[in-house]
Amino acid sequence: MRLTRTTLALLTAATTVTTAHAQGSKTITYLTPQLETQGYTKTILDLSRAYSQQHKNVSVKYQNVAQTGLAQQLQLFAASNNLPALFAIDQPSLLAQLQQKGQVVDLEATFKKLGLLDKLNPAAVTLQKKLGGGKLVALPLEMNIEGFWYNKKILADNGIREPRTWDELTAAAAKLQQKGVQPFAASGDQKWPLTRLIGGYVARKYGADAMDRVRAGTLKVTDPGFVEAVTAVADLGKKGYFGQGVSTIDYDTAMNTFLQGKAAMFYMGSWALGNFNDAKQNKIGANNIGFFNFPTVKGGKGTANDWSVNTGLVASVSSKQNDAALQDWMKYVFGNFGNKAFADQGLITGFKVTQQPKNVPALTAMVQKKISGVKNPYLWFEAYFSPKATTIATDNVQPLVTGDLSPQEYLQQLQAALK
Amino acid sequence: MERTLRDWRAILIFVGPALLLYTLVLLVPIIWSLGYTVYEGSPIAGFKFVGLTNYQRLFDDPTFLKALWFGTKYALFVSAGQVILGLLLALLYAFYLKRSSVLVRTLVFLPVVLPTVAVAQMFAKLFAIAPQYGLVNSFLHGVGLDQYVQAFLGSGASAFWVIGTMDIWKAMGFYAILLYTGLVDIPEETIEAARLDGAQGWTLARFVVLPLLAPITVASLIFSLNGTLKVFDSIVALTNGGPGTATTPLTLYMYKTSFTYGEYGYGSTLALTLAVQCLIVTLLIFWRARRAESR
Repeated sequence: MRLTRTTLALLTAATTVTTAHAQGSKTITYLTPQLETQGYTKTILDLSRAYSQQHKNVSVKYQNVAQTGLAQQLQLFAASNNLPALFAIDQPSLLAQLQQKGQVVDLEATFKKLGLLDKLNPAAVTLQKKLGGGKLVALPLEMNIEGFWYNKKILADNGIREPRTWDELTAAAAKLQQKGVQPFAASGDQKWPLTRLIGGYVARKYGADAMDRVRAGTLKVTDPGFVEAVTAVADLGKKGYFGQGVSTIDYDTAMNTFLQGKAAMFYMGSWALGNFNDAKQNKIGANNIGFFNFPTVKGGKGTANDWSVNTGLVASVSSKQNDAALQDWMKYVFGNFGNKAFADQGLITGFKVTQQPKNVPALTAMVQKKISGVKNPYLWFEAYFSPKATTIATDNVQPLVTGDLSPQEYLQQLQAALK
Repeated sequence: MERTLRDWRAILIFVGPALLLYTLVLLVPIIWSLGYTVYEGSPIAGFKFVGLTNYQRLFDDPTFLKALWFGTKYALFVSAGQVILGLLLALLYAFYLKRSSVLVRTLVFLPVVLPTVAVAQMFAKLFAIAPQYGLVNSFLHGVGLDQYVQAFLGSGASAFWVIGTMDIWKAMGFYAILLYTGLVDIPEETIEAARLDGAQGWTLARFVVLPLLAPITVASLIFSLNGTLKVFDSIVALTNGGPGTATTPLTLYMYKTSFTYGEYGYGSTLALTLAVQCLIVTLLIFWRARRAESR
């Protein structure tokens, strides 16, 4: 009890809420697990600095939170009606609650008013609205496609073709392992990179609508296809394909393992293009990176034309902070966001790119083409889960891949949380 | 004095402000939290009266039982380590190092003032396996014990020992000082007299020093157990309860239940069980100490 209170008090005290001071100055707080210097957060902060130079009374305060603690922190802020002006949010069910309580801004209306609506990519808006119960309550700051990125040289050196089926993938992994190459880089500390594999397998087994059917109640996660999927992923872990101590590997370590050529394959979303296109981080060379869709599985309904697509780590705007000053800032920042993110880092966002830079990195161009060609998108494994089911799915994946939890138990606990 | 205590106005002036503050910041939230145990929901989703459902749920919640067991096991191991090592250190300061113990005392006390997050980071690096071996794995590799090289924080069983070791290392200096002050208080004559009677080494410690030190040892044990039963920060910083829920004590489970799952009612019920557990442990120690005293 003491803990609960102390935490609440501390967090409330620690929040520097966006405050409009007597002199008319405004501090806009932006809460995100992304690093200041990476991804779209860099773009937002760069644009904000430019804005602040013209508007001395407006400043943006960047606040970082670990992704594993993001949902918790947002719940605490929301409980005291004290959400930061702009905040990243990674759980659609939590966002839905915030929307019901009227704590987040309806961005379609606001963007329409600000004349920004045509800046958004309609496909991203559709995807986002699907998650938000028909409303646009979060900004699609990314537009991602997910799959396996691979080190072309390592695969070629070992005589391995781009795997098309799950059997080919595991055969490739076995061969690499035998040659002393770590087959996959994965962050088990973040947990979701591992559950993504379960989601991918399930989508291949039952088809792209697998998780929609779970939501509708026509499929249960304890059904045989899920057992097969979870067993397949657990096997990758048990065979050591993720390297040593996978559940202690954080996101950056996994990324570096791949970008320093110490692992052959890396399941990741295209938001990582920023890292891939950065020569300082990428030691294997951008031309050396290939990309393939989640492999098909035996007897599965899903095909290689179904892609895992999402708007990534979205961000919402607090309705309490939504005043004229914030809207003016939004108009500037999100009016220029799509072009700048693309020009500076080659990021593909849910915003239109109206000025094509001359030198588009090859990887970015490839991803852009893939995204625009997607016919059958599906969302990630936990997209429709409650915060509790999400936590159980992600927490338990760690003992699953180390063999400390059986696939059946994993799914039983998940099914219980989904009720 | 007695007249002052009979004057209710004086009492009101002396005790009133403190009592008011105590009521506001301590009693009200406790009662509030107790009230939550018969409700379910969260400030975002709203609350609903559920009666005793939350209490029933405790009994068929495997995660609760697992967390309760982990917390108890952890508290017993860490408290024993903290107090026993603290006691040994105190004896070392008082009887062996004597006046020159200042430097050692300071060094052993140093971890107490370090922030837990920093200590946890250090231990995470010490026991790391990837991207590079940490000190421990490097050492094992260096002396040819490669079969013991492992992800210490990647499995529940070994993570338990790492967290336990860290918390013992971090707090033993505190208990050493606490017990040392008790040792210093034992009159020199008593020790001399025992020595003249032929008591030495273990006999001296067992029959003279330890019984005289008992009140402070009991206090240390209560302090320590109440701290370790409510462990939170070191686990969050080191493993965040993982892998899976293998190192999740009640506090962390309660925190997740309330603030991630949005189940404030069940979270409060878990908090209550923790409070009851602390109370039972404290009463048990008191009762044992009383009985030992009266013998």
